[in-house]
Amino acid sequence: MTNIEMVITVAIVVISTLFTRFLSFLVFPTGKQAPPFVLFLGKALPASVMGMLVVYTFKDTTILSYPYGIPTAVACVITIGLHIWKRNMLLSIAIGTIVYMVMVQNV
Amino acid sequence: MSTVNKGRHAFSYALPIALPIGVSFFFIGLGFGLYATSQGFPWWVPMVLAMTIFAGSMEFVTIGMLMAGFDPVTAFMLTLFVNGRHIFYGLSMLQKYTNMGWKWFPTVAWMCDESFAINATTKLPDDVDAGWFYFHISWLNYAAWAVSTLVGGLFGNLLANYDLRGVEFVLPGLFIVIFLEMLLNSKSNTIRFFGISGAVMAIVMLLLFGSSTFMLLSMTCMLVACYIAYTWGGVRLD
Repeated sequence: MTNIEMVITVAIVVISTLFTRFLSFLVFPTGKQAPPFVLFLGKALPASVMGMLVVYTFKDTTILSYPYGIPTAVACVITIGLHIWKRNMLLSIAIGTIVYMVMVQNV
Repeated sequence: MSTVNKGRHAFSYALPIALPIGVSFFFIGLGFGLYATSQGFPWWVPMVLAMTIFAGSMEFVTIGMLMAGFDPVTAFMLTLFVNGRHIFYGLSMLQKYTNMGWKWFPTVAWMCDESFAINATTKLPDDVDAGWFYFHISWLNYAAWAVSTLVGGLFGNLLANYDLRGVEFVLPGLFIVIFLEMLLNSKSNTIRFFGISGAVMAIVMLLLFGSSTFMLLSMTCMLVACYIAYTWGGVRLD
């Protein structure tokens, strides 16, 4: 690829990404009342999309062969348990990550 | 409160919330910088991609595309495919990203997974200005990502001496904690139900259709499920 082709490729990615971010706001601009169902979506979707995002971060976890997703499962349980107990974001993430690192590096 | 004070007050509220994201961005940004330079790109390329595209997984994909032949149509389709989820973030934030003035444009332009997650789920006290909070979270995440990819591009190779396998858990860890906070803080069980069903639906789609298409499929099913719940189930949220 020539330099100019690289610049065009990146520009296309940038513009398409901005398009995905602005589209909903352009279709339903403020001031113009959005249909009631769209307002309902605005309240229902954040929770379900967030649930989906959690799954998204585990999409490449191997579960059918060694190590059967065990390090991931253990680290998740520790993160969740610690967070319910202490409610400290940094602590929960740090301990969960350290446990995960120790497991994947030594198992 | 004056505008300056509102901004400062929202900043002091936003900073500690953005901190865990900054930490996880730092490790991922190092990884991205190292990856790009290891493919033969100069040190500034990862940062430029980070600051222009600002969508993590798409930046990795772009490095791959830059090494293949010139194909603008594929670049366009692939971006829509990978980043289509932003459309749903937008739908979720329609009523939150309003009356923000000049802060609206950067906040929407920098609507990445993490900024969306925080801004969609954080329960703000009455004295914190929501518009300023959303904007601070968005630019803090943007800045953290830009700096991390720069450091990764310059010094990523020094990391080769350390065994950092497993450090990628910071991102799932972050999302788990945000999701938990949302479940624990939400006002209604209906919202909790929507959260849990979103996760379950995504797991089912992932197992059935694999990792490349499950996001768009789950989101489409969510739309249909919401429509059914709203029109025939009479479900309402205040």
